[in-house]
Amino acid sequence: MTEAKKTPLLDDLEKGPWPSFVTEIKRAAANNLSAQDLLGQLELSYEDKKAHWKHGGLVGVMGYGGGVIGRYSDVHEQFPHVEHFHTVRLNQPSGWYYHTKALRQVCDVWEKYGSGLTNLHGSTGDVILLGTKTEHIQTIFDEVSAFEEHPFDLGGSGSNLRTPSSCAGPARCEFAMIDSTDICHDLTNEFQDYLHRPMWPYKCKIKVSGCPNDCVASIARSDISIQGTWRDDIKINQEAVRAYAAEGFDIQGLVVDKCPTKCMSFDGNELTIDNPNCTRCMHCINKMCKALRPGDDRGATILIGGKAPILQGAMMGWVIVPFMKLEPPYEELKEFLEKVWEWWDENGKTRERVGELILRLGMRNFLRAVELEPIPQMVLAPRANPFFFWWPEETVQD
Amino acid sequence: MARTDIGPPLYRDMLPPICKENYGKWSYHEILKPGVLVHVSETGAKLYTVRAASPRLVSIYFIREICDLADKYCDGYMRFTSRNNIEFLLSEEANIDPLIADLNAKGIPVGGTGNSITNIVHTQGWVHCHTPATDASGIVKAVMDELFEYFTSMKLPAKMRIALACCLNMCGAVHCSDIAILGIHRTVPTIDHENLHKVCEIPTLTASCPTAAIRPNPKLKSVDIKAERCMYCGNCYTMCPSVHIIDPKNDAVSIWVGGKISNSRIGPRFSRLAIPFLPNNPPRWPETVEAVKNLVELWAANAQPGERMAEWIDRISWEKFFELSGLEFTDKHIDDFTLAQTTFRSTTQFKW
Repeated sequence: MTEAKKTPLLDDLEKGPWPSFVTEIKRAAANNLSAQDLLGQLELSYEDKKAHWKHGGLVGVMGYGGGVIGRYSDVHEQFPHVEHFHTVRLNQPSGWYYHTKALRQVCDVWEKYGSGLTNLHGSTGDVILLGTKTEHIQTIFDEVSAFEEHPFDLGGSGSNLRTPSSCAGPARCEFAMIDSTDICHDLTNEFQDYLHRPMWPYKCKIKVSGCPNDCVASIARSDISIQGTWRDDIKINQEAVRAYAAEGFDIQGLVVDKCPTKCMSFDGNELTIDNPNCTRCMHCINKMCKALRPGDDRGATILIGGKAPILQGAMMGWVIVPFMKLEPPYEELKEFLEKVWEWWDENGKTRERVGELILRLGMRNFLRAVELEPIPQMVLAPRANPFFFWWPEETVQD
Repeated sequence: MARTDIGPPLYRDMLPPICKENYGKWSYHEILKPGVLVHVSETGAKLYTVRAASPRLVSIYFIREICDLADKYCDGYMRFTSRNNIEFLLSEEANIDPLIADLNAKGIPVGGTGNSITNIVHTQGWVHCHTPATDASGIVKAVMDELFEYFTSMKLPAKMRIALACCLNMCGAVHCSDIAILGIHRTVPTIDHENLHKVCEIPTLTASCPTAAIRPNPKLKSVDIKAERCMYCGNCYTMCPSVHIIDPKNDAVSIWVGGKISNSRIGPRFSRLAIPFLPNNPPRWPETVEAVKNLVELWAANAQPGERMAEWIDRISWEKFFELSGLEFTDKHIDDFTLAQTTFRSTTQFKW
């Protein structure tokens, strides 16, 4: 192995108490030439204040149109081992639950064919294997998909369904009102074709949170946000409420006064909730989870349109389905998703996300396409603009 | 030939027995100390979670090390959080402290629970992206070194979520964070007229501009950019490698505040611009680190218990936020894109 180049700027980032990514690159570099060249190229980026990767690049595996992102160095004469340095996305297990056996076998493959560097995890949720050569891509896929136990498939990239992700769900969390992990796994398998073979106007992301705390940030980070919720009354254990008070917990100040709809009161002995006025924000349940539990009539609110700023500005999802029961095999949800995608696929321009299309063509067209009746829960307020559309059948035609 | 369309490994096969037995039966949880949770089931069973940091960009050697710890203390069962933390899922309470001691010995801090600053969600930056305006991992490392005490303690008024995206593509979707660090381009792209027609589709390229700044130039078989319309989003570069957006002399960092994701209390919010420009100053971005630290400490000193950044600013007003923070309010802070009308003030009510 050649002697590593000096990296004084990056070396500074090995100091300090937070775990260092530079140390991680160096650990990989000790056994791998491409990791060594990555370190050198990154030092050059720190000197030049710019990235040294060429624009894009198309690479892939047999049968798929996504899952691998091509990356080529623009200074490969200097750093030949990162001339190709492609990313492989592996679809993570729902809720990011692993047994070490699963992680170790991925490490072993990545030691043979890659840089030894990964992201656990990428922003969409995949296991990101960072840096391999074109000739190894198919072999990596062949090997990870052939694991006897816990085989892996590739994740999404390009204009397709991106890898869905979910929160910890009912396996670990008492707040999960839908089986977020199972829904994520089920949808991922149901829509494998959409995930692996780009055929849409642009990307579409699904994230599933078990409750309105939204631990996977679905409202901001996914086109289709599925969040668990309930419709009946919050269940109160008054004895447990009194135990919180006895421990000195400030029920009035930290819970009742912070209720956004002021639908709670506490007389020092009993906690009362005016349930029809509760908007199910989760605050009281979060703060007093020993005493308060969501009701039993559980399902999900589905919000559509969330995305980052490209192209028409950042958006958060909008309530489209205020409540849907979600029990396996989730037929109603799947039919709804197919209708959303069909309308978007038919009408969307290249690189137009579904939320942007709803804005361009109007919510009324979208609701007709997905066969939903408008209801007040979908909006914060009705329109203030006095110009609006009528359908032809709603007026008298000559 | 690989087997295709097999989907992800089944998470249920990788749940610890205690999670399988108590699936959907969890009753409540408590934070025992920073980084340590206990979930208690209706059956009385207790699951202990130890949450530890990771730098997100990790080597296989790091992964094998944490696997060794998971094998030693929790039969190999673990998970990751949506913010790149590692969670060890323990059924034995007695294993908590020895695990923490082993983690600390390896320089892996335990924390990120309750009223803390947990791990920063971030993007690839110069390590592996072709459009970044700044690095990601380096700024995150420098900021977390400075805010380290807030990861390992729970002394803040509420939780604080920091995120970083190295350009407006925002793979990190940072736009709803208490504090967002965002790389920005600030200059109109330069065009390689000679090669553009060989590698780019001109109609796709003109359509890619959100402000209609790009017009075809048939004479050159290329395009022109109306400088006064360009807002430097960089989407044209994503569509066409001959339109160069990267400009090391001007690419910079901006800071946004007051966003949140959860519905608890006030509901989800966008982050708003606090600081439009900080220089790209590797390896430690001292101006950015100081700005983030000042914002954290200003909020911590002024917020009431339980108030997140957005709720504190809601209570005191944006005009008071700028006064208290000493941050300059500029024409950059006033929106002139799609959300502009939602931000102008149509009332005579305001504070001095």
